[in-house]
Amino acid sequence: MRMMKAFLLLLALPAAVMSAERAETVAITGGRVVTLGPAGTIDGGTVLIQDGKVRAVGRDVAIPSGARRIDATGKVVTPGFMDSLARLGLVEVAAVEETVDTRTQNDQITAAFNVADAINPRSILIKTNRVEGLTRAVIAPAPGSSLIAGQGVVIHLGGPEDFLLRSPVAMYGVLGANGRNFGGGSRAAALLRLREILHDAREYAKNRSAYEQGETRDLAVSRLDLEALQPVVRGELPLVLAVNRASDIQAALRLAKEEKLKLILAGAGEGWVVADEIAAAKVPVLITPLNNLPGSFDVLGATLENAARLHKAGVTFAFMSVAAHEAYSIRQQAGNAVAYGLPWDAAMAALTTVPARLWGIGDRYGSLEPGKDADVVVWTGDPLEVVSYPTEVFIRGTQVPIESRQLELRDRYKDVGSSVPPAYRNP
Amino acid sequence: MSNNPLKRLSFAAFALLLLAGLLASGCATAPAPAEAPAKSEVPTPADTAEQPKDPNDAYLSTYKPLPSSPVLITNATILTAAGDRIEGGSILLQDGRIAAVGRGVQAPAGAITVDATGKWVTPGLIDAHSHLGVYPSPGDDANADGNEMTNPVTAEVWAEHSVWPQDPQFPLSLAGGVTAMLILPGSANLIGGRSVTVKNLPAQHVNQMKFPDAPYGLKMACGENPKRVYGEKGRAPSTRMGNVAGYRRAWIDAGEYRRQWNEHRERQSRKKESQDQDQAQGAPAGGDRTPVRDLSKETLAGVLDGEILVQNHCYRADEMLTMIDIAREFGYKITTFHHAVEAYKIADVLAREGICSAIWADSWGFKMEALDGIVENAAILQKAGACVVIHSDSAQVIQRLNQEAGKAMGAGLRMGLDLRAEDVIRWITINPAKSMGIDDQTGSLEVGKMADVVVWSGDPFSVYSRAEKVYIDGGLAYDRNDPSKRPRTDFELGLVELEDAGGER
Repeated sequence: MRMMKAFLLLLALPAAVMSAERAETVAITGGRVVTLGPAGTIDGGTVLIQDGKVRAVGRDVAIPSGARRIDATGKVVTPGFMDSLARLGLVEVAAVEETVDTRTQNDQITAAFNVADAINPRSILIKTNRVEGLTRAVIAPAPGSSLIAGQGVVIHLGGPEDFLLRSPVAMYGVLGANGRNFGGGSRAAALLRLREILHDAREYAKNRSAYEQGETRDLAVSRLDLEALQPVVRGELPLVLAVNRASDIQAALRLAKEEKLKLILAGAGEGWVVADEIAAAKVPVLITPLNNLPGSFDVLGATLENAARLHKAGVTFAFMSVAAHEAYSIRQQAGNAVAYGLPWDAAMAALTTVPARLWGIGDRYGSLEPGKDADVVVWTGDPLEVVSYPTEVFIRGTQVPIESRQLELRDRYKDVGSSVPPAYRNP
Repeated sequence: MSNNPLKRLSFAAFALLLLAGLLASGCATAPAPAEAPAKSEVPTPADTAEQPKDPNDAYLSTYKPLPSSPVLITNATILTAAGDRIEGGSILLQDGRIAAVGRGVQAPAGAITVDATGKWVTPGLIDAHSHLGVYPSPGDDANADGNEMTNPVTAEVWAEHSVWPQDPQFPLSLAGGVTAMLILPGSANLIGGRSVTVKNLPAQHVNQMKFPDAPYGLKMACGENPKRVYGEKGRAPSTRMGNVAGYRRAWIDAGEYRRQWNEHRERQSRKKESQDQDQAQGAPAGGDRTPVRDLSKETLAGVLDGEILVQNHCYRADEMLTMIDIAREFGYKITTFHHAVEAYKIADVLAREGICSAIWADSWGFKMEALDGIVENAAILQKAGACVVIHSDSAQVIQRLNQEAGKAMGAGLRMGLDLRAEDVIRWITINPAKSMGIDDQTGSLEVGKMADVVVWSGDPFSVYSRAEKVYIDGGLAYDRNDPSKRPRTDFELGLVELEDAGGER
């Protein structure tokens, strides 16, 4: 436990410098406030933002005299949403190779590969997504050509300043059909290979000096990878395994139990089939509810009801887009999960409080509670409805403008038939 | 192509005809609408004598609607896609057609009444851009039949000959309220081949799905895909100018082919006349060499004859303008630009030219030519008076065309436009029907049209609403509340038993 704390301390990044903007005091009044916290949902509530934090939430909040007021009457106020697996900042134009940094093809160094150094917090995609109410995301590597893909991180979408909140937040890997392909042509070979890597990581930890002097047998992966896997084999850093087929999920659960890993499942298209086992193992799951196509033999049991069924079985889950440009679409994903049986509150939690806890930032983010970072979004209506949109977005207490490259394109072309050439409009 | 007299008959005239029938029979037992004679019927001696049978008739539609009884849906909020919404409205489906729509419609004897209190009714959704059946699930190479990537011009291929009717994606799209779709070849080629319009009813063979007498479409593609696919093979086209040269060459060849055939037909008919005279005078018949059929040029000639509609994949505004120039050079019309992520930049031109834009709500940035995609595309086109179609191009999105339209509506509201549900419904019903040349038959809830109808659990633009009942030609093709009315393809049998677990995919 002490080691765990030390590890977390190691992870903690220098405290953010308070900017002038973040010191602004803002009162959002009159809205339906969905706190996702102990205060529940408050009709006609006030959210007071001060020094970058939520200072107070409730029906009778004293508003300081200098506070800027935002009238949210008829609107819905929620925490900003969090995507539990995105590629934001790693991709600009998917088909333009030099803008894509999601994966490493170097199969000698995979576990040590951390996406943090590749993330571009000035990506145009960040603004496009935050104006849709997405304020935080886990940025994870994509599978390259190895079972272990590398390390992911947590970011906020408030701008380049201190954008990295936790690094690494998890190790990523694949089983299932991808694992089969990377691991030697059979699912069994893939599991064997993964076990070998984990065992050698332990071996390395026991005999570091012998290893340095070249007195050990050859180990399965490179020194950097063996080092990077240490928190994984100690059960401290989660290992997120992408699996879908029910039998592959079961294999992953067995592996995690035997190797004492802190497992998180990503995908779990057939998760509902073995939902009770997942729940019993207390393994959290990341899902994309709209994936209901039997698009491969790994997901013949895919269904829009997966989320509802996992929920019913008591599985902890959060939503992931596995996207960059439309990462914000997780709210449509969540809405559809509700249409197919998931309680609305559970869907909202899977966008906020659940990922907050899962990714170790629950003390700072996830709900509208005094003392938490002010990630606050004012919506025209129910945030899970596709016709709703944010009118105000705060990230860590700073109101981000409803601006993006795409909104600039809109404004340039919205007046159809203008006589001024487009290049001279909103320059 | 189409010799169906129904197509010639204006829709209004047809509606009047049907109305007359209804009145004459006192509404209770409306006669079946005057069915067009099916192509398979024995041709008249005059036909055989004067018109050589079109060899393409071997592939005609053999579609048959499900058996149906008259259905009266009552107390619904109805979006007709042909005018204002009707609150507390009713709609009568009879003999495969819409027999009445409005308030206070009386049920004929024996009609099934569906109380739709609190529910919404819309026309069946229509997807103007689908690859179901040609790119089925599961998505293995063994099943991937959508792109004949062996030549930049493959006008000779027909998408229908790749359609796998057991694709489990068909019933999923039906559960999303889709009653008809345009299945296209992919976009690897400059000219990718013929599309096929189908009714979304499970079948053993694509001919049984083919929308009767729908015009064929020709898939063309601009931009990155063709130049990448062939550039990587080290052959033309490898540039956008190479693309344009490729289209123009194909149209020049097609024009020549068409001229040969037209001349041949003229000679034949002249000869026939003189032959008749000669025969009357007892002279022997002469010979004329019949041009050799070329399936590729035959299809392109069909476009030049105005019988095949151009369905043009094109992202960038400047490229769409170039394609309009090419159409002008060769005298054909572009019916629809597909994907058209920059359509909003030339909304006024597209409105003026009468070209539909079949677009996603918010898919963008996956390649250079998609970088300027904006979620307001539909709203700006609508504002300009252009034809907006929300399409899927995806087996996932086709299940939620209503939500995609809702997303685009939200973006329009955000920019201050007054978009109403009764306007937005057109983006996924009558407008795609228009872009596919079937708007005289389906796409709106008007008397005399095909009874392609969806009953929604609520406002169709709400994420929480689901299609509850889907009627195709008056037959109940899907019922969410009745597992026996939820079709499953052969492929799905014996897999993970979703239905046994009490649910659905």
